[in-house]
Amino acid sequence: MKRVMFFAAVLVAAASCGGKGSSSDQSASGAVSQAGGNAPAAASGPTGNAVVSGVINFNGTAPANPTIDMSQEAACKGKYTGAPHDPQYVVNGGKLGNVFVYVKSGLPAGAKYDPPSTDVEIDQQGCLYHPRVFGIMVGQKLLIKNGDPVLHNIKAVPAKNRGFNISQPSEGMKTERTFSTEEVMVPLQCNVHSWMSAHVGVLSHPFFAVSDSTGAFKISGLPPGTYTIEAWHEKLGTQQTTVTVGAGETKTADFTFGTKA
Amino acid sequence: MLFIGIALMMRVPAAHAQQQNAAGKKVYDKWCSGCHGDTGAGDGVASKVMLPHPRDFTKGVYKIRTTASGEIPTDANIHHIVEVGMPGTAMPEWKSRLTQQEIHDVVAYVKSFSQFFASTQAKDITIGKAPSSNIDDGRATFRKLECFKCHGQQGRGDGTSAPTLKDDYGAPIRAADLNESWKFRGGNTVEEIYARLRTGLDGTPMPSFSDAIENKLITEEQLWHVAQYVRSLAPADSPQVREVVRSALVTKLPTTPDDSGWNAVERFWVPLVGQIIAKPRWFAPTVDGIWVQSVHDGRRVAIKLSWDDPSKSPNPQWNEWLGRVSTAMSDADGPISTQQSFDRLVVEFPKAISDDAEHPYFLGGTSKKPAYAWRWTSEPDQVQEGDLAGLGHFTASSGTAQVTHAARYVDGQWQLVLSRALAVSDTTRAPRFAAGRAIPIGFFAADGSNGEDDVRGSVSTWYAIYLDVPTPTRVFVMPIATVLFTAGLGFLLVTRAQRRERWLDQSHLEGEEK
Repeated sequence: MKRVMFFAAVLVAAASCGGKGSSSDQSASGAVSQAGGNAPAAASGPTGNAVVSGVINFNGTAPANPTIDMSQEAACKGKYTGAPHDPQYVVNGGKLGNVFVYVKSGLPAGAKYDPPSTDVEIDQQGCLYHPRVFGIMVGQKLLIKNGDPVLHNIKAVPAKNRGFNISQPSEGMKTERTFSTEEVMVPLQCNVHSWMSAHVGVLSHPFFAVSDSTGAFKISGLPPGTYTIEAWHEKLGTQQTTVTVGAGETKTADFTFGTKA
Repeated sequence: MLFIGIALMMRVPAAHAQQQNAAGKKVYDKWCSGCHGDTGAGDGVASKVMLPHPRDFTKGVYKIRTTASGEIPTDANIHHIVEVGMPGTAMPEWKSRLTQQEIHDVVAYVKSFSQFFASTQAKDITIGKAPSSNIDDGRATFRKLECFKCHGQQGRGDGTSAPTLKDDYGAPIRAADLNESWKFRGGNTVEEIYARLRTGLDGTPMPSFSDAIENKLITEEQLWHVAQYVRSLAPADSPQVREVVRSALVTKLPTTPDDSGWNAVERFWVPLVGQIIAKPRWFAPTVDGIWVQSVHDGRRVAIKLSWDDPSKSPNPQWNEWLGRVSTAMSDADGPISTQQSFDRLVVEFPKAISDDAEHPYFLGGTSKKPAYAWRWTSEPDQVQEGDLAGLGHFTASSGTAQVTHAARYVDGQWQLVLSRALAVSDTTRAPRFAAGRAIPIGFFAADGSNGEDDVRGSVSTWYAIYLDVPTPTRVFVMPIATVLFTAGLGFLLVTRAQRRERWLDQSHLEGEEK
């Protein structure tokens, strides 16, 4: 009996999700992101037209990204002209990319946002993840694709969510997974290629973005309020700032990361 | 896909859970907490010397399940593992010590360490039934799925990715040696192997292949064939330990590991365990057993030793592995080298072999009573002979070694042939080997890529090797001679008796006539 009810609940939820997702418009989140990025949400919770945007600065000299020895994987190595590097630091002209920026707190208590019906995609291409840093909403589908003609396993190693570990032995394979609870960040890894690393920020609201290669990010569609904005980088840790936006306002929140002296 | 999200809203009724937990806690605190920790975090006092580390129950992540990748196990899954244990790990079987009720209670208690059991529901996947065996398709599918990337071409856990593997705790983890199926954590029936292929081993690098079926890359039947192929790599029956290795008499001694002469020679499995007596102790050895074969020709004895070791040490590709080992393992007994060493194998014998003499101490003898040893190293590839006065105290004999060797490394396995004349010129230096008498023999193995050396490694107890006695010619001649002799004797007796009878008859007649 319990099982029957469980299935019923799933069916109802599936139906309602699909319905709401398709009726959403583009306004909820205009996140700038390097690749893929978060899709507009079906905003059932409070939204507005306030914007928090900014630039992630990088002070000092970025450590060299490690060279990856792909000699065991000719099919991946062949996708690069030079020696492939692990892009841990995306730094251009003193600006830092691949920083996950999100509203950590400040949304009205009890505000609930439904996930959009659009998938977030992650591709395995040249034995690296694309995108490397991205956000997703709780319950939103993560579409995992293998663009390489080699075996990858994609393993999520979360602390609060259930993980998964899926084998994708062939090019073109697709798998969908979801996360059930907020977690910044969930590491993704491949055990066949130990250098492969990605991070996904799982949030219950759509107010997040990833800085692009010019260090720029933009979180839009916010209701007026005072927010704690956190910026996360895989090697440099987190920073926070507080921003107050009125209706329709655009406020700047710049962050500055740097290498330790 | 939505199961997890939806399941959060579902609450499994927690009726009489408290009561069960009290009973379960009693069992847990007594038997489980030493390894798994008081709070279930896998941090018991013994955990730092165990690889794999004991399960951290607070994460709710379990290797052996019949549920999909990432899902919690069923109660039956946990119950089963408590009952039978996990081969190849420190987790013993408990069904001979705990009652079914106690296991039931402790399962409930173990679940209470993780919030996931209250918020999600375990659901068995459909396993189905094995199709008829197709090893060839299994092998082909094994290659198609690139299982060899971790498990190696011959399944000995020596794939190119093997040195980089880590579990969810960041500890180094071996790709399973598929040739030693008796150590499979979740059992080694084809059904159990298939279940692991479908569910993956959560918390480890082993993924689920269910999505490969959903993507129509392979069929369920083909994945069954993989399970059948994997099972076929190990002997049908797990090897039984026999204390005496028979060395048969042959006319021509095989001298190299690949000599086809070895094919017909019986294999004896000698299990090795971590050396945990002499300091520094070692709880995570690579080598867990040696296949021993031996023959002799009446003048020399040859011993072939084959053992699985995924690394031909030293090998820079295993630096990452050693780094993880030295981090994961306790260095209470002294620092673990971060420099790779070579592989080694030591074979020990008593210095003199007699029926009544006491064996030297099995850990390589003592200074008072050293053992006679052959010490082979992978780099340089050489064997020395000499005295072993306890592990790590080897002194090579001066003069030319009498023992010769030939070694090769193939697909995750060392194969070493050692050979020596039965007779020796100086019996104070080395024992004479005689046919027809048990020769005590012991082994020590070390993997230089795993932080092992002359003390950290794995050991056996004393075994014996028995050289078949050459059958002397008289064995064949005597029965025939005896038969002939007896027949001749009988013939003689009969003829004499007959003659006497005739003579008596004649005398009688003659007497009557008189």
